[in-house]
Amino acid sequence: MTNMWTRCNRCRRILYKQDILDNLYVCPECSFHFRISAKKRLFMLFDDGKYELFDEAIFPEDPLNFKDSKTYSNRLKENQNKTSLPDAVLNAIGTMDGISIVVSAMEFSFMGGSMGSVVGEKITRAFEKALSEKVPVIVVSSSGGARMQEGVLSLMQLMKTSAAVARLDEEGIPYISVIVDPTTGGVTASYAMLGDINIAEPDALIGFAGPRVIEQTIKEKLPKGFQRSEFLLSHGMLDDVVDRGYLRSYLIRALRLFLNRHQ
Amino acid sequence: MAKKKDFYQLEKNIIRLKEKIEIFAADETDDAKKKINQIKEKIALEWERIVPILTPLQTVQIARHPQRPYTLDYLEALTEDFMEIHGDRRSADDPAIVAGLGFYRGRSVAFIGHQKGRTTRQRIARNFGQPNPEGYRKALRVMKMAEKFGIPIVTLIDTPGAYPGIWAEEHGQAEAIAYNLREISKLKVPVVNIVIGEGGSGGALAVGVGDAILMLENSFYSVISPEGCAAILWKDQKAVPQAAENLKFLAQDLLELGIIDKIIPEPPGGAHIDYNLTFKNVDKYLNVTLKRLEKMDAEERREQRYQKFRKIGVFTEK
Ligand SMILES: [Zn+2]
Repeated sequence: MTNMWTRCNRCRRILYKQDILDNLYVCPECSFHFRISAKKRLFMLFDDGKYELFDEAIFPEDPLNFKDSKTYSNRLKENQNKTSLPDAVLNAIGTMDGISIVVSAMEFSFMGGSMGSVVGEKITRAFEKALSEKVPVIVVSSSGGARMQEGVLSLMQLMKTSAAVARLDEEGIPYISVIVDPTTGGVTASYAMLGDINIAEPDALIGFAGPRVIEQTIKEKLPKGFQRSEFLLSHGMLDDVVDRGYLRSYLIRALRLFLNRHQ
Repeated sequence: MAKKKDFYQLEKNIIRLKEKIEIFAADETDDAKKKINQIKEKIALEWERIVPILTPLQTVQIARHPQRPYTLDYLEALTEDFMEIHGDRRSADDPAIVAGLGFYRGRSVAFIGHQKGRTTRQRIARNFGQPNPEGYRKALRVMKMAEKFGIPIVTLIDTPGAYPGIWAEEHGQAEAIAYNLREISKLKVPVVNIVIGEGGSGGALAVGVGDAILMLENSFYSVISPEGCAAILWKDQKAVPQAAENLKFLAQDLLELGIIDKIIPEPPGGAHIDYNLTFKNVDKYLNVTLKRLEKMDAEERREQRYQKFRKIGVFTEK
């Protein structure tokens, strides 16, 4: 296969790459949503794909000197080289249909989008930026959970970010949580589930415990569709499941309603 | 790395010595009393030898010791007229979390704690202290009740973690934890957390944050259990001791990381060796902490709580 072609993860059809690209990385045949980078996400959401990054120069440390098969420091370097990012989230400010807005987008390909000190700090700063600028905020979450290599420092980021959400509540600042495949663990147990509305892309894996851990605990196979977006919607955990093609217009409508800004 | 002995094996020798004391105690002669004192000295020396060389995993074993005092033991020792409150008013009552009001040193205090069972039957009934969403929601209901009546909140943390089950996911385990964190940050009354045993990840955190976090000397508070961490990062259960060392989740580690406020000392060998001494120590630290927090202005206390967590994290900014 030349690099002009690719195979869909779900329907296994061979697809012309440009067709997927033109379709916002959604399979034109079966509408499978490919995982996309934080940068592509920001490009898709902001007006004309234009935005300004902030808090760019925050870098992770290895406070516990953590070492499994390799050191955490080396793991960080590898992931920084692979993604050209300091850590697993980008903070940006710009406009959506003319509405000033802060958007944080998580990068799953950076250590599984795990939340350590940097992610916790940047998400908190995104909320604080929304507070100080008095603009709404969107977080696009995609994460395997708290980052083990920073131990309890990672766990405490759940409280730090959730407490920042509380301040948005008190000031009446809209916060929309967009959950994409996959989002589990500590990120769902904090800001991802605390939006004024929580929405997800179709068929995204969303849950607290990972499906393998649940299977091992209950010693049963999990039902089909368990912990997928549609499952969460039917159990009252999401406000809607939105196709990527409609995501931007959906968000703009929600923002207009929250801000009482009729066209 | 050579495999270190389990704490339970280390403890065996001491248990044998204690049994000897009981035998001599039946005999009320001066000779027997002398022998008892000798054995007691021997026990003290043995602990002096063992305690400083405990590995993190051995400390975890103390934290999980089947004879360790649990939430209900503390409530019995520290409170009067404890009134348990059940149910989340949504779907169920979670026996893995005990919540209610009681008098502590003459004033009403809301207590919330994980409860593990002591016998096999109790363990199963309590789901081994692993909460479901209803547990966190019950906890928050009691916190809001405390807020209404202006009474302080004390939580006792002792859980392997949130229960990874189908029901828990269907009922929004993640949302329940997240919601608690957000709401706890808003409370106007003092909130003291005491890690009495296992501080297992999200299941601990959901009731384990507040104005002051105290940890018993042999407790731990972690993002993941050493077993879970070994399974994911090492893909090998033989790596549990390494995971335990790397995670830096012991009371001393957390004090150095600036996450907790105080370490409550335990009797040599662990809280289970001497319940009364443990309760006395917890009472002493809790009393001082509560008094300090009660003196503060509510808004000032809330701001300080926000800043306490706001500053947690290690990174560089260029
Ligand atoms: Zn397809």
